[in-house]
Amino acid sequence: MKKSFVFGVAAIVAGALQVVSAADIAGKVTLKGTPPAEKEIEPLMKDPTCGKLHKEPVKTRFYVTGTDNGLANTFVYIKSGLPAGQKFTPKGDAMLDQVGCIYEPYVSGVMVDQKIKIKNSDPVLHNVHATPTANAEFNFAQPVQNQVNEKSFSKPEVMVRFKCDVHPWMFAYVGVLEHPFFAVTDKDGKFTIPNLPAGKYTLEAKHMKAGTVTKEITVGDKNEPINLELSVPQ
Amino acid sequence: MNGSVNKVNKALRNYAIFTAVYTLYLICIGGLVTSHGVGMSVPDWPTTYGYNMFRFPVSGWIAGVYYEHTHRLVASVLGVLTAILAIWLWVDETKGKDRRNGVIGLVVILLIAGGIMGIRTTAVFVGIAAFGVAGALFGLYRQSQADGVRWLGFAALSAVIAQGVLGGLRVTLNMDAIGIFHATIAQLFFLLLVAIGLFQSGWWKCLPVSAAVDGRFRMLFVGTTLLIVVQLMIAATMRHQHAGLAIPDFPLAYGKLWPATDDASLHFYNAHRQEMAGENPITRFQIILQMIHRMVALVILLAVAWCAGQTRKVLGWTNPLAKLSALWLGLIVLQVFLGAATIWTGKAADVATSHVAIGSLSLITGGVLSLVSFRLSSRRDEKNLAPAASSSFISKSVTSSR
Repeated sequence: MKKSFVFGVAAIVAGALQVVSAADIAGKVTLKGTPPAEKEIEPLMKDPTCGKLHKEPVKTRFYVTGTDNGLANTFVYIKSGLPAGQKFTPKGDAMLDQVGCIYEPYVSGVMVDQKIKIKNSDPVLHNVHATPTANAEFNFAQPVQNQVNEKSFSKPEVMVRFKCDVHPWMFAYVGVLEHPFFAVTDKDGKFTIPNLPAGKYTLEAKHMKAGTVTKEITVGDKNEPINLELSVPQ
Repeated sequence: MNGSVNKVNKALRNYAIFTAVYTLYLICIGGLVTSHGVGMSVPDWPTTYGYNMFRFPVSGWIAGVYYEHTHRLVASVLGVLTAILAIWLWVDETKGKDRRNGVIGLVVILLIAGGIMGIRTTAVFVGIAAFGVAGALFGLYRQSQADGVRWLGFAALSAVIAQGVLGGLRVTLNMDAIGIFHATIAQLFFLLLVAIGLFQSGWWKCLPVSAAVDGRFRMLFVGTTLLIVVQLMIAATMRHQHAGLAIPDFPLAYGKLWPATDDASLHFYNAHRQEMAGENPITRFQIILQMIHRMVALVILLAVAWCAGQTRKVLGWTNPLAKLSALWLGLIVLQVFLGAATIWTGKAADVATSHVAIGSLSLITGGVLSLVSFRLSSRRDEKNLAPAASSSFISKSVTSSR
């Protein structure tokens, strides 16, 4: 009885310590410089099936910026600093959808061996062609609306491109990591990486056009917002 | 062996020419597939989205699938046309036991290849492709020792079987490198069929001895034609990088005579590029490859211009070799313009595919010039010559070389 009480108290203390020693880190990625203007995806609008799925012209998503030059679709992740050999288990499945002949989301992240549910929500056939360099390439057909296939990647890779060869304007990028400490910036360039254990890390932000930027961060009890800046080369 | 090899079978000649023209049509269709970047739009083979290829519903012939699927159908027809050509050549040039054995052999090859295709494994497909390539090389070797052209027909049949399987393997194995071989073999196959058609013509069989061509012309024709083959391989490698235009301007390259290829410049190029089809990022290798392509094009232009000038000067304007060389020059000038237009239009699919087609015709013209120039030299040694042709070919200004 006395032994189990001691163990119980120890477990509660350990849990409390865990909560105190992990924190959410938040920040913003901004873009410096003037990017090329986004273009209307004319082949999509001219396609007899895909064009009917949109009421407004669809534009490219190379440099999507929001409030105060916030840069969307930037993959932010812990590049190094986690204890070696620490294993993380994916929670839940990721989703990649084809809607209106566009991949959604454009940029996303998954963990190694995490299931990615790839769905065709469109009334038209697509093929799903992933072109990784570290992982195995695959290409399969999704001819039926609402068809869902599951895939996963066995090795970390930043970033893996997905494309549809039937509709070449369709492409998206997925970052694959061995841990869950990543995020994708929203329309205003903001991101949050939850429950990062205390410690020193290298944080990297990767944008498919603007490139990458890294920053050394220290996660403690109180954490200031992290500001990262990428530039359009001049 | 019989004397029928020197007679002209007009129906067979016309059929061979038709098959060659159909091959050019297929090269254009295949070119459109790569130009549109849809080579992987049908993920399975030899089925199409799970259907028997010949029963895939027309309702599914959409967007990229339309180009890739029709390419496969047109290619299948070429396979049949080539099989008929191979068998017909054998029937035309042999008799008795030779004919019977040859035709049975060809039919057995077709049945075995078709039957084995039902065992849909990578190992089987690779084996069929390997035997096809070996068969083509064997056919070319046997032709070097035989009369007529039936062994070229055998080589063509073997090559078209290999070519079909290579196209399928490119899809099932997700290997762009196979696409480069597929594109190159297509050009060489086209040349082979044109050669068969040429050899079936009365014009070829009656080439006169006195119009023998100086050895320097033979070397120039052959050397330039080989350079065109190299250029086509460079082009195929460029197109199968799937990186769009590595250099977006012409005649300069990123505003310079030679573009910068340091890391910062590459980052700049990729950061400002707005690719519409999720193309691969531009790399240093791709930029250098395109610059090599431009320089080889210039060398080819100069070499062909030299051919045209020298043939006219030495052989005379009325000599068919001079006329063909002038046509060759016209094709190369057009090809240079189409190459520039491909860049100026941002690699518009129809312009880029026209560039592929004229490249093919440039190769054919050089190949024909080479074959004719060698034929003229060899005729002096033949004992059973056909009657000399009319004056439409012979140029009195030609001097025989010894």
